[in-house]
Amino acid sequence: MPLLEIKDMTVGYGRIEALHGISLSVESGELVTLIGANGAGKTTTMRAISGVRPLTRGSIMFDGQDITRMKAHLRVLAGIVQAPEGRGVFPGMTVQENLDMGHYARKFANKAEYQATLDHVFELFPRLKERRAQMGGTMSGGEQQMVAIGRALMARPRLLLLDEPSMGLAPMIIQQIFRIVSEINATGTTILLVEQNAQQALSRSDRAYILETGEVVKSGPGPELLADPAIKEAYLGVA
Amino acid sequence: MSTPVKQTSATPLGRPHAGVGDRFRLWWNAQSRPAQWAFGVPFILFIALVPILNIPVLTTVGTNFGAVMAQFGMIALIAIGLNVVVGQAGLLDLGYVGFYAVGAYTVALLTSPDSPWNQTGEGNWLSQDWAWLAVLPVAVCITAISGLLLGSPTLRLRGDYLAIVTLGFGEIVRLLADNLGEITGGGRGLSQVAYPQLGQTEANPGGLFSAGNVAGRINSGVWWFWLSLVLIMVVLLFVGNLERSRVGRAWVAIREDEDAAEIMGVPTFKFKLWAFTIGAAIGGLSGALYAGQVQFVTPTNFNVINSVLFLCAVVLGGQGNKLGVILGAFIIVYLPNFFLGRTDLFGIPINGNEIANYRYLFFGLALMVLMIFRPQGLLPARQKLLTYGRQLYVAARRTAKRQHGDAGTGDQHGTTGAEEVSR
Ligand SMILES: Nc1ncnc2c1ncn2[C@@H]1O[C@H](COP(=O)(O)OP(=O)(O)OP(=O)(O)O)[C@@H](O)[C@H]1O
Ligand SMILES: [Mg+2]
Repeated sequence: MPLLEIKDMTVGYGRIEALHGISLSVESGELVTLIGANGAGKTTTMRAISGVRPLTRGSIMFDGQDITRMKAHLRVLAGIVQAPEGRGVFPGMTVQENLDMGHYARKFANKAEYQATLDHVFELFPRLKERRAQMGGTMSGGEQQMVAIGRALMARPRLLLLDEPSMGLAPMIIQQIFRIVSEINATGTTILLVEQNAQQALSRSDRAYILETGEVVKSGPGPELLADPAIKEAYLGVA
Repeated sequence: MSTPVKQTSATPLGRPHAGVGDRFRLWWNAQSRPAQWAFGVPFILFIALVPILNIPVLTTVGTNFGAVMAQFGMIALIAIGLNVVVGQAGLLDLGYVGFYAVGAYTVALLTSPDSPWNQTGEGNWLSQDWAWLAVLPVAVCITAISGLLLGSPTLRLRGDYLAIVTLGFGEIVRLLADNLGEITGGGRGLSQVAYPQLGQTEANPGGLFSAGNVAGRINSGVWWFWLSLVLIMVVLLFVGNLERSRVGRAWVAIREDEDAAEIMGVPTFKFKLWAFTIGAAIGGLSGALYAGQVQFVTPTNFNVINSVLFLCAVVLGGQGNKLGVILGAFIIVYLPNFFLGRTDLFGIPINGNEIANYRYLFFGLALMVLMIFRPQGLLPARQKLLTYGRQLYVAARRTAKRQHGDAGTGDQHGTTGAEEVSR
């Protein structure tokens, strides 16, 4: 049984339908990537999984449970945590306070567990430890991305949703972020990743889905899609 | 576990841009609880005594100073309540005067002989002596419910939409009061509203809180001011505790970024509704005070301009800072009254009445100037998140103490601010 299973999901904004019945699944422990052009509906998919955008048709199953109508904050409790597109860092909170918002819904059983998780986040992102007293809004773009991911990790997600973590970052930082994403996945967290950076994302993910104007047009193992000529042309800029 | 200690202990003290307010907060939070009381109590006593000390220049000349301070007390309550909605949760409410009106009319409708729903007097369940006090909680509850009812549909809206809908609400309440003449007395209003019956003497048959008690230095205005001071402190305690709780953290998160808050698992709608309802209840409390003080309510007291004025107090004083908004309320109430009836200031002849007439113009200008030079308000909220303030400082102080050779305090005292917070 997959950890996340989406069937025939349709989502719209007013009368505009952004997703026309997409189906996808993520197995426990997998790193799955969602690739698509601007406006294909990737963020919409993520928002629907997080529960901040309602479905007009279809269903979402998480860990065998139907969560189609579940409230957003209850999904966080269930273990679905998102680092949103554009990072969504709380600008007036310090880095530490941002991280602490991560476990707002999923409280820690004890201090030791809290400390261990925080240490883990600081291990992944030493920069955050240095800057824990700095205001979130004054962090650089790359640093804010680290805050967003770190904050999501503080919720100890079972399914981590990452919406374009590499957006607007320098190649060096992108490398680093991808390495960390793989690392998080390697330690057992299931990840659904949205990316424009197809080369990096495909080579690192177990499987991938290609989204085009609200529909899944192709799916398969990451490396396999990477070798697909059509995809090469469309997403990697290689003729 | 021991490494981060050093780091956090340095952070709160080493704030990069500590203004006067931050420095004061730092100093204040560094004091022990008894020391805070030792500074705070005389200060509050002084504030309480201001209307009877007859301080030259400060004391108003055109209006009774006690009455001015009473009005300040009520507007301060309003500002604290509105600050929960606007400053804490970041919801722009332009109809706050509506709640003030609901509170005032609840008291008036239940206790005025002009009202068909009057519950005082012969054969009714409200004793004349306790009527005001008895309906006070009723007024607060009804206003809270009205907040809940208004909030449930409207808080799904955001930003501008919310502002417009609440603006409409404020007008609707006033128009209802004006047009339901059978019940509310329409434009004539409701008179002889109940007030606290206390200290009746032969010279003063209405008692200390009676609107008729205007003679002498300690008149009814002063008594109402003292009563509102007590209520302000109770409300401050309540609101302060809320701010430091999970509710407060949720509010800050919503204010900062509602979408992100939702995604972090904050039930945003629920907490917005909480803020709205609590704010409404405090507004209703103030309205009930007002009705008791003037013993008379009419729709004109609840014009939309008042909503703007309340908001002005909050923004002027400093959104999110409870003491700031109280200062804002003082300025809004006191300044026009300061000029009223004054013909000279430090020897310079002025036309105070004229200046007071132009108060909206001056408030408008003052707001514009403030937004340019000090957009956070006169007393800005902490640069950082409001919620964790004290905990961080306490943790830092403990660590500092320990480092000064205060041995034997045990390891659990060396907690970092973060750990404190995580509880
Ligand atoms: N709030 C909204 N109101 C109306 N339409 C929207 C809204 N948000 C997104 N859309 C539309 O839905 C479609 C999918 O948008 P979405 O944000 O999911 O794209 P995306 O794949 O994440 O794109 P990008 O790579 O640019 O982030 C687009 O056509 C977009 O214009
Ligand atoms: Mg997107």
